[in-house]
Amino acid sequence: MGNGTSIGRVRGLGSAHEGTHHWWQQRLTAGSNLLLMLWLIVSLVLLPSLDYGTVQAWLSSPLAAVPMILLVISVFYHLKMGLQVVIEDYERDARRIVLMTLLNFFAIAAAVFAIFCILKVAFTATTGAAL
Amino acid sequence: MASARNENRPLSPHLQVWKWGPHMLVSILHRVTGSGLATVGAVVFLAWLGALASGEECYAWFMDLLTVKSGAPNIAGYILGIGLTLSFFQHMMTGIRHFFLDAGAGFELQENKRFAITTMVVSVALTAVLWGYLSYDRLIAPPVENAPIAVETK
Repeated sequence: MGNGTSIGRVRGLGSAHEGTHHWWQQRLTAGSNLLLMLWLIVSLVLLPSLDYGTVQAWLSSPLAAVPMILLVISVFYHLKMGLQVVIEDYERDARRIVLMTLLNFFAIAAAVFAIFCILKVAFTATTGAAL
Repeated sequence: MASARNENRPLSPHLQVWKWGPHMLVSILHRVTGSGLATVGAVVFLAWLGALASGEECYAWFMDLLTVKSGAPNIAGYILGIGLTLSFFQHMMTGIRHFFLDAGAGFELQENKRFAITTMVVSVALTAVLWGYLSYDRLIAPPVENAPIAVETK
């Protein structure tokens, strides 16, 4: 398990049984992204306008807020895995570790921020709150 | 930590030795559009949600960055709007292509080439349909009466 040859590093560790985990999660979220993003685009296009009252009333409905939260989870998980592969392909050593750390911070912070915003709109909207 | 690569060893010939084809183009487009959506798209999405959660004034300020008074997009709005929707549809179509390739289908040369070209045709078409639909009312609307440029009548 030392710093020797490649085979030396691998020997004794065995398979982690996680070889396809990243690949599969990427496909899984790709499928949910496909449905949720098409739902978002169609929903926004069908709104009479994108002004504050209209969008707030729309997002305060559970039928909009819940898919939006699911979309944020799915999209930001997919985004994190996608950019991770890009970083793995083009960066190495210290830069790779720094960028990977920043990516993880960004993805999680952004998703939490987005979900908080959705919940705030949903729970404080003055109009529209009906299902 | 042992270095991942010995810098003294040559790299094998890579991109430069291959004749470019549609499959290579959509492959890199998938990565470029994905990276664009994950960075620019994510920032616009977060700014929109953040502005919405911050109240009417903040939301109006955000929308003012991207639209003109009538509610139509301004130049920045068009660049971001069309850029992000085209990127999304391209990423979506090449993503669907990946599903087929993952299943082991579509590797025959002609079919692979056709499918690759189709992803680009469909993404451009979907973007055109979306923005055509969004702009339809403005395109068929009669000219505004007090338009800044007066129409000369004799």
